[in-house]
Amino acid sequence: MTDYWILAPIALPLMAAVLALLVRANLRAQKAVVLTTLTLACAASVALLAECGSGRIVTLAMGSWPAPYGIVLVADLLSALMLVACNGVALVVTIYAFRQLTDEEQGAFYHPLSLLLLLGVNGSLLTGDLFNLYVWFEVMLLASFVLLTLGRKREQLEGALKYVALNLLASMLFLIAVGLLYGKTGTLNLADLSSKLALESDTYLVETTGILLLVAFGIKAALFPFFFWLPAAYHTPPVAITAMFAGLLTKVGVYAIMRVFTLVFDLEQGMLGHWLVWIAGFTMVVGVLGAAAHFEVKRILSFHIVSQIGYMIMGLTFLTPLALGGVIFFVIHNMVAKTNLFLVAGMIERQCGSTDLKRTGGLFVKEPLIAGIFLISAISLAGLPPFSGFWAKFSLVQAGFEVGDYLIVGISLAVGIMTLFSMTKIWGEAFWKSLPEPEPASPSGSAGRISWWMMMPAIFLACMAIVMGLVSEPFLAVMERAGEQLLDPQNYINAVLQMKGGGS
Amino acid sequence: METLMAILIGLLFACGVYCLLRRSIVRLAVGIVLLGQGANLLVFTAAGLLSGQPPLIGAGEKILAPPFADPLPQALVLTAIVIGFGFIAFLLALVYRAYRELGEDDIQAFNKTDRT
Repeated sequence: MTDYWILAPIALPLMAAVLALLVRANLRAQKAVVLTTLTLACAASVALLAECGSGRIVTLAMGSWPAPYGIVLVADLLSALMLVACNGVALVVTIYAFRQLTDEEQGAFYHPLSLLLLLGVNGSLLTGDLFNLYVWFEVMLLASFVLLTLGRKREQLEGALKYVALNLLASMLFLIAVGLLYGKTGTLNLADLSSKLALESDTYLVETTGILLLVAFGIKAALFPFFFWLPAAYHTPPVAITAMFAGLLTKVGVYAIMRVFTLVFDLEQGMLGHWLVWIAGFTMVVGVLGAAAHFEVKRILSFHIVSQIGYMIMGLTFLTPLALGGVIFFVIHNMVAKTNLFLVAGMIERQCGSTDLKRTGGLFVKEPLIAGIFLISAISLAGLPPFSGFWAKFSLVQAGFEVGDYLIVGISLAVGIMTLFSMTKIWGEAFWKSLPEPEPASPSGSAGRISWWMMMPAIFLACMAIVMGLVSEPFLAVMERAGEQLLDPQNYINAVLQMKGGGS
Repeated sequence: METLMAILIGLLFACGVYCLLRRSIVRLAVGIVLLGQGANLLVFTAAGLLSGQPPLIGAGEKILAPPFADPLPQALVLTAIVIGFGFIAFLLALVYRAYRELGEDDIQAFNKTDRT
């Protein structure tokens, strides 16, 4: 049977984005379209995960052109896991956005754009072709540019300029690497590249293109020293948009690094692996220090995104099944916890009229439920048991000890303590202390009621953090299998190169 | 021919980087455009240049006999040019809006989102 349904996560958002544009005058119809599509996309991703869970690699040759000449879509366990997480986060954040964004903001193409963003994300996760990956990245980027400037506030334009400039540079470096690789090997299919580069004796060229790709993906994933666009831009748009970005964008960058540097390039050869450990270390430390210096919830959380990316890359450099499984667990845990923290930031903003910690307070008494959700997500992010973050860090630390990288593991544990410090800062200032008297000049704390549409997504994500923490065993087992699949790329190569035109 | 293209690409990159390092946001946009063109030319050149050898199967032949020009890099570059066009349009609009909002072309004025 031809696996045409692997197309569903790409085709659904694309068609729905067009449909949402057609009914743009009617916000209610837009919401119905988005909700239906995202539910279907989640269902398709779960079905794909069930199929890949048996170890099968689902492939589809577009237009029946056989690999390596045509473009292929490939779903292995890593892709399927990421798809489920990304579509789930998109669904949850969209429901939250129904009430968090004003009707004008939603009417200004928010829904079609978020669908296009998801289209780019799903395409990047499924493609098996390097140039195709570039195109999906651009789809994702262009949608994110417009979302970032939605509302056209002064800070948004300023933040967007930094975001756009650095990400365009990243795209350019990516394109150069694609061109050089094609010039050398005559192919852009990832599986074919993998087998051709393994025979390549000219390590000079291989390392150059590897570094170009690492920098390009590093900018998108916000690695040190390329992360500066992220804390400059992420706190400027409305919270629902930032939450979507925090859940999806940088994680796709991490996915691209994981895919390319396990399948195409070998991290154990050459200098790349050694550098990556240090890049990971600096990313963790600089991110968490930046967070410590700030006193505004959204900026603190933005810096923590950077710091957490460091953990993922650290795990990648260990190159054992346990470590890679840990990285995947960490990515998905992070999508859940970090997105939820941004959702809570939106509720703080709604309640206190600001996310500046100097002007917040009293929420523990007024809204104990929000306080509970924050506490679960914050403790999970800091990596304390019994929530998901503990097992994510635990497996990374265990893998680090097994390969004997004690220094970087030590750094990561210290960074965990610093994360806890930031989280207690938000907890103390926003939830425990009493609400400061509003200054007469400042816009009064427009305490709005939090609707259940905003509360349900946050409760759901908090429950996910608890479930992934308490019943982590089956999750970790699946992810470790995904890690084994990544470390033994021969299955992937065979699945892609031996399929006939029109699918297997 | 490749040498000439390589020099041209190098020049485009040098000009692009120079523009990026200036303090004006309009020059920043120009720099990104120049770098983008350099990258496009690089992809075009990387697979080798052949003039007068179209990839067509001659009359009475069954397969394509080398040497022939590779059409794929040209397809890639076309895609990249179209994508770049969209990005440049967005970038210019953004630069214009940012200039209107801040009344300033100097990058030093764009430091509000980075301050604590």
